[in-house]
Amino acid sequence: MNCTPKTLRKGMLIAFLFFIFNQATTAQSDTSEVDLLSLLGEEEEINYSSAAFKSTRVINGHSIENVASGVLDFRISHRFGFINTGFYEAFGLDGATIRLGLEYGVNDRLMIGAGRSSFNKAYDAFFKYKILRQSTGKKNMPISLSWFSSIVCNTIKWQFPERENYFSSRLFYTHQLLIARKFNDKLTLQLSPTAVHRNLVRTKAEANTVMALGGLGRYKLTQRLSLNAEYFYVLPNQLADQFRNSLSLGVDIETGGHVFQLHLTNSTSMVEPGFVTESVGDWMNGDIHFGFNISRVFTVVRKKEAKDW
Amino acid sequence: MKKIIITLTALICTASVINAQKLFSRAAYLGFYSNTKMEDIKADNNKANVVLDVPTGAIEISGLVKSFEFEKALMQEHFNENYMESDKFPKTTFKGKIDNLAAVNFTKDGTYNSKVTGDLTMHGVTKKVTVDGIFKVAQGKVTCESKFFVVPEEYNITIPNTVRDNIASKIEITFKANLEELKK
Repeated sequence: MNCTPKTLRKGMLIAFLFFIFNQATTAQSDTSEVDLLSLLGEEEEINYSSAAFKSTRVINGHSIENVASGVLDFRISHRFGFINTGFYEAFGLDGATIRLGLEYGVNDRLMIGAGRSSFNKAYDAFFKYKILRQSTGKKNMPISLSWFSSIVCNTIKWQFPERENYFSSRLFYTHQLLIARKFNDKLTLQLSPTAVHRNLVRTKAEANTVMALGGLGRYKLTQRLSLNAEYFYVLPNQLADQFRNSLSLGVDIETGGHVFQLHLTNSTSMVEPGFVTESVGDWMNGDIHFGFNISRVFTVVRKKEAKDW
Repeated sequence: MKKIIITLTALICTASVINAQKLFSRAAYLGFYSNTKMEDIKADNNKANVVLDVPTGAIEISGLVKSFEFEKALMQEHFNENYMESDKFPKTTFKGKIDNLAAVNFTKDGTYNSKVTGDLTMHGVTKKVTVDGIFKVAQGKVTCESKFFVVPEEYNITIPNTVRDNIASKIEITFKANLEELKK
Protein backbone atom coordinates (compact mmCIF):
# COMPACT_ATOMS: atom_id res chain seq x y z
CA MET A 1 0.00 0.00 0.00
CA ASN A 2 1.31 3.40 -1.00
CA CYS A 3 1.42 6.03 1.60
CA THR A 4 -0.93 8.40 -0.22
CA PRO A 5 -2.63 11.18 1.73
CA LYS A 6 -5.86 9.22 1.40
CA THR A 7 -4.57 6.09 3.14
CA LEU A 8 -2.84 8.21 5.69
CA ARG A 9 -6.10 9.87 6.56
CA LYS A 10 -7.71 6.46 6.92
CA GLY A 11 -4.89 5.29 9.15
CA MET A 12 -5.39 8.31 11.35
CA LEU A 13 -9.09 7.61 11.49
CA ILE A 14 -8.43 4.06 12.68
CA ALA A 15 -6.02 5.30 15.31
CA PHE A 16 -8.57 7.84 16.41
CA LEU A 17 -11.29 5.19 16.66
CA PHE A 18 -8.99 2.99 18.73
CA PHE A 19 -8.41 5.90 21.01
CA ILE A 20 -12.13 6.58 21.43
CA PHE A 21 -12.80 2.90 22.04
CA ASN A 22 -10.14 2.69 24.73
CA GLN A 23 -11.48 5.80 26.38
CA ALA A 24 -14.98 4.34 26.34
CA THR A 25 -13.95 1.07 27.94
CA THR A 26 -11.91 2.71 30.68
CA ALA A 27 -14.69 5.17 31.37
CA GLN A 28 -17.08 2.26 31.58
CA SER A 29 -15.08 0.26 34.07
CA ASP A 30 -14.79 3.42 36.14
CA THR A 31 -18.55 3.80 36.44
CA SER A 32 -18.98 0.12 37.21
CA GLU A 33 -16.85 0.61 40.30
CA VAL A 34 -19.38 3.09 41.62
CA ASP A 35 -22.63 1.16 41.74
CA LEU A 36 -23.68 -1.45 39.24
CA LEU A 37 -27.13 -1.91 40.75
CA SER A 38 -27.98 1.73 40.21
CA LEU A 39 -27.92 0.95 36.48
CA LEU A 40 -31.13 -1.00 36.98
CA GLY A 41 -32.81 2.11 38.30
CA GLU A 42 -34.84 2.14 41.45
CA GLU A 43 -37.85 -0.05 40.89
CA GLU A 44 -39.99 0.98 43.80
CA GLU A 45 -42.13 -1.58 45.53
CA ILE A 46 -45.00 -1.09 47.92
CA ASN A 47 -43.61 -1.71 51.35
CA TYR A 48 -46.46 -2.66 53.67
CA SER A 49 -45.89 -2.11 57.34
CA SER A 50 -46.35 -5.32 59.28
CA ALA A 51 -46.65 -6.53 62.86
CA ALA A 52 -48.02 -3.31 64.34
CA PHE A 53 -49.16 -5.48 67.24
CA LYS A 54 -48.09 -8.99 68.18
CA SER A 55 -51.65 -10.25 68.38
CA THR A 56 -55.15 -9.64 67.05
CA ARG A 57 -56.07 -8.16 70.44
CA VAL A 58 -54.30 -5.36 72.25
CA ILE A 59 -55.78 -6.59 75.53
CA ASN A 60 -59.58 -6.80 75.28
CA GLY A 61 -59.96 -4.64 72.24
CA HIS A 62 -59.17 -5.71 68.71
CA SER A 63 -55.87 -4.54 67.26
CA ILE A 64 -55.30 -3.65 63.62
CA GLU A 65 -53.71 -7.07 63.10
CA ASN A 66 -55.49 -9.96 61.43
CA VAL A 67 -54.72 -13.64 61.61
CA ALA A 68 -52.70 -14.34 58.46
CA SER A 69 -54.42 -15.90 55.48
CA GLY A 70 -54.99 -19.61 55.94
CA VAL A 71 -54.05 -19.55 59.61
CA LEU A 72 -56.28 -20.71 62.46
CA ASP A 73 -55.85 -19.03 65.82
CA PHE A 74 -57.03 -20.81 68.96
CA ARG A 75 -57.42 -18.31 71.77
CA ILE A 76 -57.88 -18.96 75.45
CA SER A 77 -58.60 -15.88 77.51
CA HIS A 78 -58.99 -15.74 81.29
CA ARG A 79 -59.90 -13.01 83.71
CA PHE A 80 -59.51 -13.92 87.35
CA GLY A 81 -61.54 -12.28 90.11
CA PHE A 82 -60.81 -8.85 91.54
CA ILE A 83 -57.43 -8.61 93.19
CA ASN A 84 -58.97 -6.76 96.18
CA THR A 85 -60.96 -9.85 97.20
CA GLY A 86 -57.91 -10.64 99.31
CA PHE A 87 -56.14 -13.73 100.56
CA TYR A 88 -59.31 -15.82 101.11
CA GLU A 89 -60.06 -15.69 97.36
CA ALA A 90 -56.33 -16.01 96.55
CA PHE A 91 -56.51 -12.42 95.28
CA GLY A 92 -59.01 -13.38 92.65
CA LEU A 93 -57.46 -16.62 91.40
CA ASP A 94 -60.39 -18.68 92.77
CA GLY A 95 -62.89 -17.20 90.39
CA ALA A 96 -62.33 -16.87 86.71
CA THR A 97 -64.23 -15.99 83.60
CA ILE A 98 -63.07 -17.47 80.36
CA ARG A 99 -63.50 -17.01 76.65
CA LEU A 100 -62.54 -19.70 74.16
CA GLY A 101 -62.27 -18.61 70.56
CA LEU A 102 -61.45 -19.94 67.14
CA GLU A 103 -60.43 -17.37 64.59
CA TYR A 104 -59.38 -17.74 60.98
CA GLY A 105 -57.73 -15.66 58.28
CA VAL A 106 -59.84 -16.03 55.14
CA ASN A 107 -57.48 -13.99 52.99
CA ASP A 108 -54.97 -11.18 53.37
CA ARG A 109 -57.68 -8.72 54.33
CA LEU A 110 -60.48 -10.64 56.01
CA MET A 111 -60.56 -12.58 59.24
CA ILE A 112 -63.54 -14.17 60.94
CA GLY A 113 -63.96 -15.63 64.38
CA ALA A 114 -66.32 -17.02 66.95
CA GLY A 115 -66.11 -17.60 70.65
CA ARG A 116 -67.92 -18.42 73.81
CA SER A 117 -67.55 -16.53 77.05
CA SER A 118 -68.58 -17.71 80.49
CA PHE A 119 -69.56 -14.12 81.35
CA ASN A 120 -73.30 -13.94 80.55
CA LYS A 121 -72.81 -17.27 78.74
CA ALA A 122 -72.23 -15.24 75.61
CA TYR A 123 -71.59 -16.54 72.12
CA ASP A 124 -69.93 -14.12 69.76
CA ALA A 125 -69.11 -14.01 66.07
CA PHE A 126 -67.21 -11.32 64.24
CA PHE A 127 -65.38 -10.28 61.15
CA LYS A 128 -62.54 -7.82 60.70
CA TYR A 129 -61.63 -6.40 57.31
CA LYS A 130 -58.53 -4.43 56.35
CA ILE A 131 -59.57 -1.44 54.27
CA LEU A 132 -56.28 0.44 54.18
CA ARG A 133 -52.81 -0.82 54.91
CA GLN A 134 -50.02 1.44 56.07
CA SER A 135 -47.30 1.48 53.44
CA THR A 136 -44.34 3.35 52.06
CA GLY A 137 -42.56 3.19 48.73
CA LYS A 138 -44.61 3.16 45.55
CA LYS A 139 -47.76 3.78 47.56
CA ASN A 140 -47.58 5.99 50.60
CA MET A 141 -50.28 5.37 53.18
CA PRO A 142 -49.74 6.84 56.64
CA ILE A 143 -52.29 4.67 58.48
CA SER A 144 -53.96 1.32 58.52
CA LEU A 145 -57.74 1.20 58.67
CA SER A 146 -59.92 -1.80 59.45
CA TRP A 147 -63.61 -2.39 59.92
CA PHE A 148 -64.78 -4.64 62.72
CA SER A 149 -68.32 -5.89 63.33
CA SER A 150 -69.58 -8.44 65.80
CA ILE A 151 -72.73 -9.94 67.12
CA VAL A 152 -73.01 -11.26 70.66
CA CYS A 153 -75.78 -13.45 72.01
CA ASN A 154 -76.14 -13.77 75.77
CA THR A 155 -77.67 -17.11 76.65
CA ILE A 156 -77.81 -16.64 80.41
CA LYS A 157 -81.24 -17.46 81.92
CA TRP A 158 -83.69 -14.59 81.90
CA GLN A 159 -83.59 -12.43 84.99
CA PHE A 160 -87.40 -12.17 84.95
CA PRO A 161 -88.67 -15.39 83.35
CA GLU A 162 -92.26 -14.58 84.30
CA ARG A 163 -92.51 -11.67 81.90
CA GLU A 164 -92.53 -11.96 78.14
CA ASN A 165 -88.95 -12.15 76.87
CA TYR A 166 -87.83 -11.88 73.28
CA PHE A 167 -84.85 -13.60 71.74
CA SER A 168 -83.82 -10.28 70.18
CA SER A 169 -83.26 -8.95 73.71
CA ARG A 170 -80.27 -11.27 73.96
CA LEU A 171 -78.46 -9.70 71.03
CA PHE A 172 -75.74 -7.06 70.98
CA TYR A 173 -74.10 -5.56 67.92
CA THR A 174 -70.77 -3.80 67.73
CA HIS A 175 -69.30 -1.80 64.88
CA GLN A 176 -65.85 -0.41 65.14
CA LEU A 177 -63.31 1.38 63.01
CA LEU A 178 -59.68 0.63 63.79
CA ILE A 179 -57.30 3.40 62.82
CA ALA A 180 -53.69 2.58 63.56
CA ARG A 181 -50.24 3.79 62.81
CA LYS A 182 -46.99 1.99 63.45
CA PHE A 183 -44.75 4.96 64.14
CA ASN A 184 -41.56 2.92 64.31
CA ASP A 185 -40.56 -0.64 65.05
CA LYS A 186 -41.45 -0.08 68.72
CA LEU A 187 -44.41 2.24 68.95
CA THR A 188 -47.91 1.67 67.55
CA LEU A 189 -50.96 3.75 68.44
CA GLN A 190 -54.55 3.05 67.53
CA LEU A 191 -57.90 4.81 67.79
CA SER A 192 -61.07 2.74 67.81
CA PRO A 193 -64.32 4.66 67.44
CA THR A 194 -66.91 2.17 68.66
CA ALA A 195 -70.68 1.83 68.55
CA VAL A 196 -72.33 -0.87 70.66
CA HIS A 197 -76.01 -1.47 70.11
CA ARG A 198 -78.01 -3.22 72.80
CA ASN A 199 -81.51 -4.31 71.95
CA LEU A 200 -82.52 -4.31 75.60
CA VAL A 201 -81.28 -2.00 78.35
CA ARG A 202 -82.21 -1.98 82.02
CA THR A 203 -83.64 1.53 82.26
CA LYS A 204 -84.90 4.22 79.90
CA ALA A 205 -82.03 6.46 80.96
CA GLU A 206 -79.50 4.15 79.35
CA ALA A 207 -78.76 4.45 75.67
CA ASN A 208 -79.43 1.53 73.38
CA THR A 209 -76.63 2.59 71.11
CA VAL A 210 -73.54 3.50 73.08
CA MET A 211 -70.79 5.51 71.45
CA ALA A 212 -67.25 5.14 72.72
CA LEU A 213 -63.71 5.92 71.65
CA GLY A 214 -60.89 3.51 72.30
CA GLY A 215 -57.27 4.56 72.57
CA LEU A 216 -54.84 1.67 72.32
CA GLY A 217 -51.13 1.28 72.00
CA ARG A 218 -48.09 -0.83 72.37
CA TYR A 219 -44.44 -0.19 73.00
CA LYS A 220 -41.93 -2.93 72.26
CA LEU A 221 -39.40 -3.34 75.05
CA THR A 222 -37.43 -6.14 73.39
CA GLN A 223 -37.95 -8.23 70.26
CA ARG A 224 -40.24 -10.58 72.12
CA LEU A 225 -41.76 -8.41 74.84
CA SER A 226 -44.07 -5.47 74.50
CA LEU A 227 -46.01 -3.21 76.84
CA ASN A 228 -49.68 -2.68 75.94
CA ALA A 229 -52.37 -0.31 77.15
CA GLU A 230 -55.93 0.42 76.17
CA TYR A 231 -58.68 2.73 77.34
CA PHE A 232 -62.27 2.88 76.13
CA TYR A 233 -63.87 6.23 76.81
CA VAL A 234 -67.68 6.08 76.76
CA LEU A 235 -69.19 9.39 75.74
CA PRO A 236 -71.13 10.89 78.69
CA ASN A 237 -74.82 10.39 79.60
CA GLN A 238 -75.19 6.97 78.01
CA LEU A 239 -74.63 4.52 80.84
CA ALA A 240 -75.86 4.15 84.41
CA ASP A 241 -73.58 5.47 87.14
CA GLN A 242 -72.11 2.14 88.22
CA PHE A 243 -70.42 1.54 84.87
CA ARG A 244 -66.91 2.71 84.27
CA ASN A 245 -64.59 3.14 81.34
CA SER A 246 -62.46 0.12 80.61
CA LEU A 247 -58.77 0.54 81.36
CA SER A 248 -56.26 -2.25 80.83
CA LEU A 249 -52.49 -2.54 81.02
CA GLY A 250 -50.50 -5.54 79.96
CA VAL A 251 -47.51 -7.20 78.38
CA ASP A 252 -47.19 -9.46 75.35
CA ILE A 253 -44.65 -12.25 75.50
CA GLU A 254 -43.88 -14.07 72.30
CA THR A 255 -42.43 -17.58 72.25
CA GLY A 256 -42.33 -19.28 68.86
CA GLY A 257 -45.89 -20.16 67.85
CA HIS A 258 -47.49 -18.69 71.01
CA VAL A 259 -48.23 -15.21 72.19
CA PHE A 260 -48.92 -14.84 75.90
CA GLN A 261 -50.68 -11.67 76.93
CA LEU A 262 -50.71 -10.95 80.65
CA HIS A 263 -52.66 -7.98 81.92
CA LEU A 264 -54.52 -6.05 84.57
CA THR A 265 -57.98 -4.76 83.71
CA ASN A 266 -61.13 -3.49 85.37
CA SER A 267 -63.30 -5.29 82.79
CA THR A 268 -64.67 -8.76 83.35
CA SER A 269 -66.00 -9.44 79.88
CA MET A 270 -63.75 -10.04 76.87
CA VAL A 271 -66.23 -9.09 74.15
CA GLU A 272 -67.05 -5.51 73.14
CA PRO A 273 -70.57 -5.06 74.58
CA GLY A 274 -69.24 -6.38 77.87
CA PHE A 275 -66.03 -4.47 78.36
CA VAL A 276 -67.13 -1.23 76.70
CA THR A 277 -70.53 -0.85 78.36
CA GLU A 278 -70.55 -3.16 81.39
CA SER A 279 -67.26 -2.68 83.20
CA VAL A 280 -67.94 -2.11 86.87
CA GLY A 281 -64.46 -2.30 88.35
CA ASP A 282 -62.84 0.79 89.80
CA TRP A 283 -59.07 0.87 89.48
CA MET A 284 -58.70 3.26 92.45
CA ASN A 285 -60.63 0.82 94.57
CA GLY A 286 -58.50 -2.16 93.58
CA ASP A 287 -61.24 -3.74 91.44
CA ILE A 288 -58.65 -5.12 89.10
CA HIS A 289 -58.67 -8.45 87.33
CA PHE A 290 -55.45 -10.24 86.58
CA GLY A 291 -55.90 -12.00 83.25
CA PHE A 292 -54.23 -13.55 80.29
CA ASN A 293 -54.83 -14.35 76.64
CA ILE A 294 -53.03 -17.23 75.03
CA SER A 295 -52.92 -17.42 71.28
CA ARG A 296 -51.77 -20.50 69.43
CA VAL A 297 -51.73 -20.45 65.66
CA PHE A 298 -51.99 -23.37 63.25
CA THR A 299 -51.23 -23.07 59.57
CA VAL A 300 -54.20 -24.72 57.91
CA VAL A 301 -53.68 -23.73 54.30
CA ARG A 302 -50.05 -23.60 53.27
CA LYS A 303 -48.90 -20.94 50.89
CA LYS A 304 -48.20 -22.14 47.39
CA GLU A 305 -44.57 -22.96 46.95
CA ALA A 306 -42.73 -20.12 45.31
CA LYS A 307 -41.48 -20.75 41.80
CA ASP A 308 -38.94 -23.49 42.20
CA TRP A 309 -35.71 -23.37 40.30
CA MET B 1 -10.29 0.21 0.84
CA LYS B 2 -12.37 -2.90 1.40
CA LYS B 3 -9.93 -4.11 4.04
CA ILE B 4 -10.25 -0.86 5.88
CA ILE B 5 -14.02 -0.99 5.85
CA ILE B 6 -13.92 -4.55 7.19
CA THR B 7 -11.47 -3.55 9.89
CA LEU B 8 -13.63 -0.59 10.83
CA THR B 9 -16.83 -2.63 10.95
CA ALA B 10 -15.10 -5.32 13.00
CA LEU B 11 -13.74 -2.71 15.35
CA ILE B 12 -17.10 -1.02 15.84
CA CYS B 13 -18.75 -4.39 16.34
CA THR B 14 -16.30 -5.56 19.00
CA ALA B 15 -16.58 -2.23 20.68
CA SER B 16 -20.38 -2.48 20.85
CA VAL B 17 -20.30 -6.08 22.10
CA ILE B 18 -17.93 -5.22 24.89
CA ASN B 19 -19.92 -2.10 25.68
CA ALA B 20 -23.06 -4.16 26.09
CA GLN B 21 -21.29 -6.56 28.40
CA LYS B 22 -23.34 -5.78 31.40
CA LEU B 23 -25.67 -8.58 32.31
CA PHE B 24 -28.54 -8.30 34.73
CA SER B 25 -31.70 -9.80 36.16
CA ARG B 26 -34.53 -8.35 38.19
CA ALA B 27 -35.95 -11.77 38.98
CA ALA B 28 -32.98 -13.50 40.52
CA TYR B 29 -33.64 -16.17 43.12
CA LEU B 30 -32.47 -16.11 46.70
CA GLY B 31 -33.17 -19.17 48.80
CA PHE B 32 -33.01 -19.59 52.55
CA TYR B 33 -32.81 -23.05 54.02
CA SER B 34 -32.38 -24.10 57.60
CA ASN B 35 -32.18 -27.78 58.31
CA THR B 36 -32.41 -29.24 61.82
CA LYS B 37 -33.72 -32.44 63.36
CA MET B 38 -36.70 -30.45 64.69
CA GLU B 39 -37.83 -28.81 61.48
CA ASP B 40 -36.88 -27.57 58.05
CA ILE B 41 -37.40 -23.90 57.36
CA LYS B 42 -37.39 -22.72 53.79
CA ALA B 43 -37.98 -19.36 52.20
CA ASP B 44 -37.83 -18.09 48.64
CA ASN B 45 -37.28 -14.68 47.17
CA ASN B 46 -37.73 -14.40 43.41
CA LYS B 47 -37.33 -10.67 43.22
CA ALA B 48 -33.61 -10.12 43.76
CA ASN B 49 -31.61 -7.84 41.48
CA VAL B 50 -28.22 -8.65 40.04
CA VAL B 51 -25.85 -6.80 37.72
CA LEU B 52 -22.67 -8.34 36.34
CA ASP B 53 -20.03 -6.27 34.60
CA VAL B 54 -18.36 -8.73 32.26
CA PRO B 55 -15.10 -6.85 31.48
CA THR B 56 -14.22 -6.36 35.14
CA GLY B 57 -16.01 -9.35 36.64
CA ALA B 58 -17.72 -7.10 39.15
CA ILE B 59 -21.03 -8.46 40.41
CA GLU B 60 -23.66 -6.87 42.63
CA ILE B 61 -26.73 -8.52 44.08
CA SER B 62 -29.47 -7.06 46.21
CA GLY B 63 -32.66 -8.48 47.64
CA LEU B 64 -35.41 -7.11 49.87
CA VAL B 65 -35.66 -8.99 53.14
CA LYS B 66 -39.45 -8.60 53.09
CA SER B 67 -39.63 -10.43 49.76
CA PHE B 68 -38.67 -13.76 51.32
CA GLU B 69 -41.75 -15.96 51.39
CA PHE B 70 -42.10 -18.63 54.02
CA GLU B 71 -44.55 -21.46 54.20
CA LYS B 72 -45.90 -20.24 57.54
CA ALA B 73 -46.98 -16.63 57.97
CA LEU B 74 -45.75 -16.54 61.54
CA MET B 75 -42.27 -17.67 60.49
CA GLN B 76 -42.20 -14.87 57.95
CA GLU B 77 -43.25 -12.36 60.59
CA HIS B 78 -40.61 -13.58 63.02
CA PHE B 79 -37.95 -13.56 60.28
CA ASN B 80 -38.73 -9.92 59.52
CA GLU B 81 -39.50 -8.71 63.03
CA ASN B 82 -37.24 -10.64 65.36
CA TYR B 83 -34.26 -11.76 63.32
CA MET B 84 -33.61 -9.65 60.22
CA GLU B 85 -35.35 -6.50 61.51
CA SER B 86 -36.36 -5.65 57.99
CA ASP B 87 -37.80 -2.25 58.90
CA LYS B 88 -34.34 -1.17 60.02
CA PHE B 89 -32.35 -3.15 57.45
CA PRO B 90 -34.59 -3.58 54.41
CA LYS B 91 -31.96 -4.92 52.00
CA THR B 92 -29.38 -7.65 51.84
CA THR B 93 -26.60 -6.94 49.36
CA PHE B 94 -23.50 -8.54 47.93
CA LYS B 95 -20.85 -6.55 46.09
CA GLY B 96 -17.94 -8.51 44.78
CA LYS B 97 -15.71 -9.59 41.96
CA ILE B 98 -15.01 -12.82 40.13
CA ASP B 99 -11.52 -13.83 41.29
CA ASN B 100 -10.68 -15.99 38.28
CA LEU B 101 -12.32 -13.92 35.58
CA ALA B 102 -9.88 -15.22 32.94
CA ALA B 103 -11.24 -18.75 33.43
CA VAL B 104 -14.78 -17.71 32.55
CA ASN B 105 -15.46 -17.25 28.86
CA PHE B 106 -18.80 -15.52 28.49
CA THR B 107 -18.73 -15.84 24.71
CA LYS B 108 -18.25 -19.59 24.60
CA ASP B 109 -20.76 -22.24 25.67
CA GLY B 110 -19.73 -24.12 28.77
CA THR B 111 -19.90 -24.41 32.51
CA TYR B 112 -17.34 -22.39 34.41
CA ASN B 113 -16.54 -22.76 38.07
CA SER B 114 -15.43 -19.61 39.73
CA LYS B 115 -14.65 -18.02 43.04
CA VAL B 116 -16.35 -14.78 43.88
CA THR B 117 -15.07 -12.57 46.68
CA GLY B 118 -16.92 -9.60 48.03
CA ASP B 119 -18.83 -7.87 50.80
CA LEU B 120 -22.01 -9.47 52.04
CA THR B 121 -24.21 -7.03 53.93
CA MET B 122 -26.99 -8.44 56.03
CA HIS B 123 -28.78 -7.10 59.12
CA GLY B 124 -26.54 -4.04 58.91
CA VAL B 125 -23.34 -6.07 59.20
CA THR B 126 -20.84 -6.31 56.32
CA LYS B 127 -18.50 -9.27 56.03
CA LYS B 128 -15.99 -10.25 53.40
CA VAL B 129 -16.89 -13.64 51.96
CA THR B 130 -15.58 -15.88 49.19
CA VAL B 131 -18.13 -18.17 47.63
CA ASP B 132 -18.17 -20.72 44.83
CA GLY B 133 -20.03 -19.56 41.79
CA ILE B 134 -20.96 -21.43 38.66
CA PHE B 135 -21.47 -19.60 35.38
CA LYS B 136 -23.20 -21.45 32.59
CA VAL B 137 -23.11 -20.12 29.07
CA ALA B 138 -25.43 -21.70 26.54
CA GLN B 139 -26.55 -20.21 23.23
CA GLY B 140 -25.54 -16.77 24.30
CA LYS B 141 -27.51 -16.99 27.56
CA VAL B 142 -25.65 -16.73 30.82
CA THR B 143 -26.94 -18.20 34.06
CA CYS B 144 -25.15 -18.10 37.35
CA GLU B 145 -25.65 -19.80 40.65
CA SER B 146 -24.04 -20.11 44.01
CA LYS B 147 -24.62 -21.88 47.27
CA PHE B 148 -23.00 -20.96 50.54
CA PHE B 149 -23.59 -20.89 54.26
CA VAL B 150 -23.98 -18.01 56.66
CA VAL B 151 -23.85 -18.08 60.43
CA PRO B 152 -26.59 -15.81 61.84
CA GLU B 153 -24.54 -14.87 64.91
CA GLU B 154 -21.83 -13.40 62.68
CA TYR B 155 -24.37 -10.88 61.46
CA ASN B 156 -25.54 -9.91 64.97
CA ILE B 157 -28.64 -12.03 64.69
CA THR B 158 -29.30 -13.65 68.03
CA ILE B 159 -31.39 -16.75 68.31
CA PRO B 160 -32.99 -17.33 71.70
CA ASN B 161 -32.40 -20.62 73.48
CA THR B 162 -36.07 -21.60 73.27
CA VAL B 163 -35.88 -21.96 69.49
CA ARG B 164 -32.17 -22.75 69.20
CA ASP B 165 -32.91 -26.37 68.29
CA ASN B 166 -35.29 -25.33 65.52
CA ILE B 167 -32.92 -23.07 63.63
CA ALA B 168 -29.74 -24.36 62.04
CA SER B 169 -26.46 -22.85 63.18
CA LYS B 170 -25.52 -22.46 59.52
CA ILE B 171 -28.13 -21.24 57.08
CA GLU B 172 -27.81 -22.35 53.47
CA ILE B 173 -28.20 -19.50 50.99
CA THR B 174 -28.84 -20.24 47.33
CA PHE B 175 -28.51 -17.71 44.55
CA LYS B 176 -29.62 -18.31 40.98
CA ALA B 177 -30.15 -15.97 38.07
CA ASN B 178 -30.84 -16.02 34.37
CA LEU B 179 -28.91 -13.04 33.10
CA GLU B 180 -29.94 -10.79 30.27
CA GLU B 181 -28.00 -8.16 28.42
CA LEU B 182 -28.38 -4.73 29.96
CA LYS B 183 -29.18 -2.15 27.28
CA LYS B 184 -28.80 1.39 28.36
